Amino acid sequence: MQTVKMVVTGPFNAGKTEFIRSVSEIDVVSTERKISSDAERVKATTTVAMDFGRITVDKDLVLYLFGTPGQKRFDFMWEILSEGMLGFVVMVDSTRPETFREARSILETFRAYAPTPYVVAANKQDLNDAWEIADMRIALRLSPKVKLLPCMAQDKESVKTVLLELLYSILAEMDALES
Amino acid sequence: MALKGNLRDFTITQLLNLINLAQKSGTLMVEGPGEAAQIYFREGKLAYAQVGQEDNSLASILYRANKITTAQHRAIKARAGHMSDKELGLLLINANYLSQQEILNSLQSHFVNALNRIFTWVEGFFRFESEASPPNGKITVRVGLENIIIEGSRRLREWEQLQDEIPSLDMALKYVDRPGLNLRNVNLSVEEWRVASYINPKNTMRQIARATKLNDLEIRRIVYGMLQAGLVEIVRPEGAPPIRTFTERVVESGNKEEHISLINRLIRRIRSL
Repeated sequence: MQTVKMVVTGPFNAGKTEFIRSVSEIDVVSTERKISSDAERVKATTTVAMDFGRITVDKDLVLYLFGTPGQKRFDFMWEILSEGMLGFVVMVDSTRPETFREARSILETFRAYAPTPYVVAANKQDLNDAWEIADMRIALRLSPKVKLLPCMAQDKESVKTVLLELLYSILAEMDALES
Repeated sequence: MALKGNLRDFTITQLLNLINLAQKSGTLMVEGPGEAAQIYFREGKLAYAQVGQEDNSLASILYRANKITTAQHRAIKARAGHMSDKELGLLLINANYLSQQEILNSLQSHFVNALNRIFTWVEGFFRFESEASPPNGKITVRVGLENIIIEGSRRLREWEQLQDEIPSLDMALKYVDRPGLNLRNVNLSVEEWRVASYINPKNTMRQIARATKLNDLEIRRIVYGMLQAGLVEIVRPEGAPPIRTFTERVVESGNKEEHISLINRLIRRIRSL
């Protein structure tokens, strides 16, 4: 049995757990804890070690999805989780520009760990106060080559699109390396 | 028992506040990231500071403060190298080269700058020894800590923000490919120009900082400005030890077709969800 993994990362409350939950065939193994910090009490719980989802491809191949903890004090987990990944998704909450800076920081940190393909998912695009994709690209300082995809983490089709785009990027990189 | 601990639990700001309020005398020894510092206090006031292996002789401090010329610095080092700082200070005052106030101001400024540098150390260990005093023959000052703490807190906030923006100095920079962008039309300071001259995907930000004699905070400040202005982007350094990615391993292993097939199986499966 071969296993491969992708990592879903991003700031606190960006929607990483929800993203994995939407496509995982098992209940997401989540290490959530009640939030102690007032500043981060946007939601009741947060991931402290990792989320873990699974998609069985066939009898020989399984894809694991790992969600990183969003709070910075758990960033020691990031390098461990990024080891050997196929690629990664950076989730950003489109309605919370105050988290964009942290999203950039997380992106740079992951790029430093391993130059694997990645895509950026602009989550919560269905909400009224979501930033436009073009504006987010500038705010996140993403080059035109980086895929910035609208996303709604609870919507399976939307999550599928993000994962597929990441896989297409991996294929494209394989082609580029050969040439 | 000596006051000791980890900077993660007790910050430099908190330590200085404690020393100030308790009017402590002694030496604060800090082991930071790749560097160590010894800061001496007398009755809650800054008396002397040494960070890393920096030349802390009075002659060098006065030279860096532009109080003596290169030739004078060289002559002092050659002829009065054996003198203590106190003896040299007296000699300079008696010879009417400098006033006592000029010497004290230069030392104060040097020690305060040294202390300001360690505010951004958020990792490491500290120990406060009540008995330890400055090395013999050194001139000490008396600087209140309140203003230093306020300025240091400002620096720490700025540091945290810049650290978020530029987490690693081991990445390189390259100019963005933007039509119509002409660097000559951008107003850059002397230091920014110096950094700009080293921008190249082969040079990491750490190397640029070393070449331009900037500390971690200063290089981040300059790079942040250039990033914000859309002049540069952060890239992986060329020639860095390769981190082999999944795709590179695949190509090297010669099983490329097999792995393309693997990715296509993943694609088909996700489509079918």
